[in-house]
Amino acid sequence: MRSLITVLLLFTLTFNVNASEEVELQEANIDLSDTASLQRGAQHFVTYCLGCHSAKHMRYLRFALDVGVDPKKVLNDIAPEGASIYDQIHSAMNKHDAEKWFGVQPPDLSLIARSRGADWLYSYLKSYYIDPSRPFGVNNLVFQDTAMPNPLWKLQGEQHAESRRSIYGEYTKLELDAPGTLSESEFDLFVNDLVNFLVYVGEPVQLERERLGKYVLFFLIIFLVIAYLLKKEYWKDVD
Amino acid sequence: MKPSRLAECGNWVLDRFPVTKFWNDHMAHYYAPKNFNIWYFFGSLALLVLVNQILTGILLTMNYKPDAKLAFDSVEYIMRDVPWGWLVRYMHSTGASAFFIVIYLHMFRALLYGSFKHPRELIWIFGMLLFVALMAEAFMGYLLPWGQMSFWGAQVIISLFSAIPVIGDDLSLWIRGDYVIADATLNRFFAFHVIAVPLVLVMLVFMHLVALHEVGSNNPDGIEIKASKDPWGHPVDGIPFHPYYTVKDLVGVGVFLLFFATVIFYMPEMGGYFLEHANFIPADPMKTPEHIAPVWYFTPFYSILRAIPDKFAGVIGMGGSIVVLFLMPWLDRCKVKSIRYRGGIFKKALFLFVISFLALGYLGTQPVTPLATTMARLFTTIYFGFFLLMPIYTRWEKTKPVPRRLTKVKSIEDQLHEIEEQIPALLEEITEVKPAITEIGHPAFKGTFFSRRPNPKGIAHVLSRVVTNLKRSLD
Repeated sequence: MRSLITVLLLFTLTFNVNASEEVELQEANIDLSDTASLQRGAQHFVTYCLGCHSAKHMRYLRFALDVGVDPKKVLNDIAPEGASIYDQIHSAMNKHDAEKWFGVQPPDLSLIARSRGADWLYSYLKSYYIDPSRPFGVNNLVFQDTAMPNPLWKLQGEQHAESRRSIYGEYTKLELDAPGTLSESEFDLFVNDLVNFLVYVGEPVQLERERLGKYVLFFLIIFLVIAYLLKKEYWKDVD
Repeated sequence: MKPSRLAECGNWVLDRFPVTKFWNDHMAHYYAPKNFNIWYFFGSLALLVLVNQILTGILLTMNYKPDAKLAFDSVEYIMRDVPWGWLVRYMHSTGASAFFIVIYLHMFRALLYGSFKHPRELIWIFGMLLFVALMAEAFMGYLLPWGQMSFWGAQVIISLFSAIPVIGDDLSLWIRGDYVIADATLNRFFAFHVIAVPLVLVMLVFMHLVALHEVGSNNPDGIEIKASKDPWGHPVDGIPFHPYYTVKDLVGVGVFLLFFATVIFYMPEMGGYFLEHANFIPADPMKTPEHIAPVWYFTPFYSILRAIPDKFAGVIGMGGSIVVLFLMPWLDRCKVKSIRYRGGIFKKALFLFVISFLALGYLGTQPVTPLATTMARLFTTIYFGFFLLMPIYTRWEKTKPVPRRLTKVKSIEDQLHEIEEQIPALLEEITEVKPAITEIGHPAFKGTFFSRRPNPKGIAHVLSRVVTNLKRSLD
């Protein structure tokens, strides 16, 4: 038993490496029970991401049921015009056009939070800076030479990268040149809502899974107690 | 008394089909040593996990599509749109890792108590064949979700066959059915994963158990309980498997399921070890991931492969690391089975082996660096040293006298009770009473208090005692 626990501990202690960036990631504040944040995130997704990216494993109806809003409201406020509530979140962009315009087809974002992690997404969306050498005029600190233009530049404003040297070594810092329509804290909240939604989309069942887990574990503890007492009763006479 | 209608029906079947005889032979009248300890739970747990894998696997095949275009999406369909599909899929993916944890502990038990020795060599061989079949099953199953790691992991492992001189390239082409991992590979792996290998596994489990029940179980003392029998011909130190071990194994099942359910419901990815992050990206033959790592249960062997500079030699080394395990019954020349009565040299060797196996496993998950390679080479040497030097160091091992009958060990309850009793004395030893000056609170209460503080001398004392005990247990 002891070694089983050690083996299990060993796994939980070691952590994963998503990608080998040297940039320190900023922490996203993920709370899937915050349904208001999820709804805002869904709205942001449809407004700013859906033009190019789909989330084809997610249905509007599932979102309405999970978040607890009226499907009609989802259809009116969130889904793009002409979508059915049973539809998956598809992008209107044509695959061939996308390849012509961006060089690659923008990936489907259903599972992006599971492959990249919430903190990576949060930091990535905040780390665009002006770089005239790139086709879209922007580059990204977290994902160098990304093919994606910055869809949120109007909200965030324009940043430029500045190399600095201090006693701790050399590092790059992003400085805001022209402020956008959102203040810095508003923009942080905006990106956080979006990432929160993407984490939900990555595995819509996660809240339900954690809720159910409590009952299963409770049942198993009862089962274990009964099994132990049964064993004790049977083994009373064995010496 | 005239038998009832129901009893008559039952007897009609029993006259023609020996259910009772089978039950008695293998459960109710099968005598097992009565001193099984915690290490003996993992056999029945392996059977439980096998059943879990088969049942959840059948459910998964009902919605999974073995097609390179559809496979990835069909898994997500199971996760989202199939009622309870997520649970079935997590039970299957967690079950795969649980299978290897249970099997590794089960195999380690055999090393501890010499369960592979005369007369149980065949049980060990069947068990090793099971292990190889299980690895094949896991490897092929991992391709099915058709994620990036599925694809590139399979690509790397199958390309190993091309290292074989002369026939290598044709052989790997024949295995894949294409020049790269492709739809043809996915289809044949699906066939192997859902029917061919499971049939082999079930057959081998049957043979493993038949062989076990023929010679009887070993035990932590490593003596044959059949040597001393009572007037009715039952082993004095044995008890019927049913009900004694069925109820005991039920406790093991309870503990196991607690861990299992915790992973399924709260950490199904296990930090990227049970479900790798890169596997949430659909397979893309044009884009190689920066870091290809096999799932954790293959990493010790993968480390050995990478540690050897030449590719073909590496393949031989990796294969060899599994082949040597088959030879255990003949490599170990010591007559004493259980580690309780074996010499210090074997205990130390086994200790080093476990360390090197775990270290190789860890290194296999990490990217290659010069330091990691050197470490992997060191541990690979220890790994092979444990087996290949075994005929030498076990022959002249200084063993302790083996008792004729089973010895009585303290039960877990008693051990826990003893530990509980020692705690106050231990706390007394590692702490000391020291005056503490506090600045917090109302000025009126400012002053000197006495409180318990860690005592470095006491801690050093306890640690040195632990080390001495550990060293003594290795002699």
